[in-house]
Amino acid sequence: MVEMSGAEAIVEALKREKVEVIFGIIGGAIMPVYDVLLDSGIRHILVRHEQCAAHAADGYARASGKPGVCMATSGPGATNLVTGITTAYMDSSPIIAITGQVNRRSANTAYMIGRDAFQEADIIGITTPITKYNYQLTSASEVPRVVKEAFYIATTGRPGPVLLDLPKDVQAERAEIEFPEKVEIRGYKPVTDPHPLQVKKAADALLNAERPVILAGGGVILSNAFPELLEVAEFLMAPVVTTFMGKGAIPENHPLSLGCIGMHGSRVANSVILDADVLLAVGTRFGDRSTGTLDTFCRDTRIIHVDIDSAEIGKNVDVDIPIVADAKKALKAIREALTLRAERKKETAWFRRIKELKEQYEDTLEPGGEDLRPTRVLKELRKIIPEDSIATTEVGQNQMWASLYFKAYKPRTFISSGGLGTMGFGFPAAIGAKTACPDKFVVDIAGDGSFRMTEQELATSVVEDIPVTVVILNNSTLGMVAQWQRLFFDKRYVAVHLSGIPDFVRLAEAYGAQGVRVGSLEEFVKAVKEAMRLDVTTVIDVPIPPEEDVFPMVPPGKSLKEMIEG
Amino acid sequence: MTVNEEQTHIIAAIVEHKPGVLYRVSNMFRRRNFNIESISVGPIEPRDLARMTITVRGDDRTVEQVIKQLAKLIDVVKVSQLHSNNTVTRELALIKVYSPDTRSRSDIINYVNIFRASVIDVSTDSMIIEITGDSDKIDAFIELMKSFGVKEIARTGITALSRGAKSLKVG
Ligand SMILES: Cc1ncc(C[n+]2csc(CCOP(=O)(O)OP(=O)(O)O)c2C)c(N)n1
Repeated sequence: MVEMSGAEAIVEALKREKVEVIFGIIGGAIMPVYDVLLDSGIRHILVRHEQCAAHAADGYARASGKPGVCMATSGPGATNLVTGITTAYMDSSPIIAITGQVNRRSANTAYMIGRDAFQEADIIGITTPITKYNYQLTSASEVPRVVKEAFYIATTGRPGPVLLDLPKDVQAERAEIEFPEKVEIRGYKPVTDPHPLQVKKAADALLNAERPVILAGGGVILSNAFPELLEVAEFLMAPVVTTFMGKGAIPENHPLSLGCIGMHGSRVANSVILDADVLLAVGTRFGDRSTGTLDTFCRDTRIIHVDIDSAEIGKNVDVDIPIVADAKKALKAIREALTLRAERKKETAWFRRIKELKEQYEDTLEPGGEDLRPTRVLKELRKIIPEDSIATTEVGQNQMWASLYFKAYKPRTFISSGGLGTMGFGFPAAIGAKTACPDKFVVDIAGDGSFRMTEQELATSVVEDIPVTVVILNNSTLGMVAQWQRLFFDKRYVAVHLSGIPDFVRLAEAYGAQGVRVGSLEEFVKAVKEAMRLDVTTVIDVPIPPEEDVFPMVPPGKSLKEMIEG
Repeated sequence: MTVNEEQTHIIAAIVEHKPGVLYRVSNMFRRRNFNIESISVGPIEPRDLARMTITVRGDDRTVEQVIKQLAKLIDVVKVSQLHSNNTVTRELALIKVYSPDTRSRSDIINYVNIFRASVIDVSTDSMIIEITGDSDKIDAFIELMKSFGVKEIARTGITALSRGAKSLKVG
């Protein structure tokens, strides 16, 4: 037991959770915590909008596998976090959001909860549906337990954001504080070990399959199950398709990798998954953007579904063999069960078929024509940056081009807002990723519309010396929406033209960053190499044809079979 | 066997007895587009736990989702579906009926006796009746009272326990 204030207890508890960095913006109701932070040794990165504090914490978490922490004051500071928290929630990313709150009690003023005090917002009410859990602290003495629980909840089971709301008087209050070693939450006991009987059933089904396919979702990345995934795939000679969130779960240059399924999946992935007689789906929620219409999705396929969240099983797709478990443990158990039962498969007819299909489709992926088409830009980018570089994306066409044409070779190197589709995510997430991995080259593959939503973080990147490179695929339109208007609204363009401003080169320079506009593929390559060499914040403006579409595409409300081409 | 028709299902949940838990539960229902028909809550032993009895309408897939989503809430310690064939359910209703004359009063008292209800308050032109039973019985009774004129109704919603050895307990 030691006597300290609530604010001191928070900071000490964060240190005990090995927090090294916090992204945030200060304000009245969180000042006591910031005051303690000053001498704590924890690095604080001052962002320029709280939304970006949450995105940066999220990018940090996705790149490193460790929880990311963001902080804001009460009221508008807290509500500005909301988009970032929701983004993390939808993609099951472990972040801790700390918010200041007005006093719980106040002897002689109305600066207290429930009185509509200055900068009071009911952030607990607001974030209940978008957090895994949230806490409003009621006393300094409960701080250590609550912080420990918060990190435990955020990082175990299916990960997700947890919010801590700290009334200012709780921050100031002094109390006898004790730091617990263990967590005990009676309503939260995530199951991580697979049921042996289910594992046996799964192994039998996979061995008897003629056309087995593995679908890897974001859960494979969250549980670091890449080696286990590869072992099972290679043992069975089974092709691996991923969801968008699963991109990077298998090196995309591996012979068994077929790329992403879904609305903008690869043709080979979308056609092969529908051909499977047995599907091993791991760590995926069968989201609508992945499956297309449900009545045409793998109806005659035996589906094995591994997920740590039992509520995902049977939610969207009926499952034959459910396995509620951590992806890594389940895949390891399946691999062991397979080894007990059979020899590793040699060249199968199914694998030969896959190879043929891959070759057949591969060629059409090679786009020709104009110099600065986004597909070529991204392929070129992939060639020149190191394999372990981290790419984040914004939302829209840039994201889907990246999904199709920018191969991920390593897990946690492709970071994107899949579930919420948050424009403006990529840049602050890149800053977070670079903070976690300072030795890696980090690039945000951006659209001009999205970048505009969080471009003020150029200041953070420059001032805090967290150099990232932004490649703007600049079509001067809200491109993906324009594509939908071209395809489904009879080319009636509304609210999609961005009018070619600002000048991104000058914008970058105004922030003290490097800005370059490129006119050819050659210049693009030069600019990227320069960014890598100088290691400074760089914005590369790549003018692309304004009416370029992303293909292939499965129109909304259609089956994965019904892909359309340009 | 799974049923695709909409039916009423009873779910019992043991939850942390602390502020905000009812909000978390009802928020989840709204967010997931599930419909609560009734919900009743009260503390149990130990006193830091409470039991919620929730009735929802939906097909089997929906109830399965409801149960899983409830189980996922950190403050829900235990949850299970109570199947109608081995569950006793009770609801309590207080009904204020017009009874301006002796004739209506004696008629009402007759019905009260048949339904094993009781009169708990009488004033010059109305009386309050308390009735306990399953919801069908209460519905039927209210139907009868309508001919006298019902001024006000308060119903608790269903509470339920499974029969015999089976029980929902923590620890
Ligand atoms: C915050 C937010 N607002 C609106 C949308 C809807 N939306 C989806 S894609 C898109 C256009 C994105 O434009 P841009 O960033 O320029 O990328 P492009 O599609 O041109 O590559 C819009 C407006 C969104 N996803 N997120």
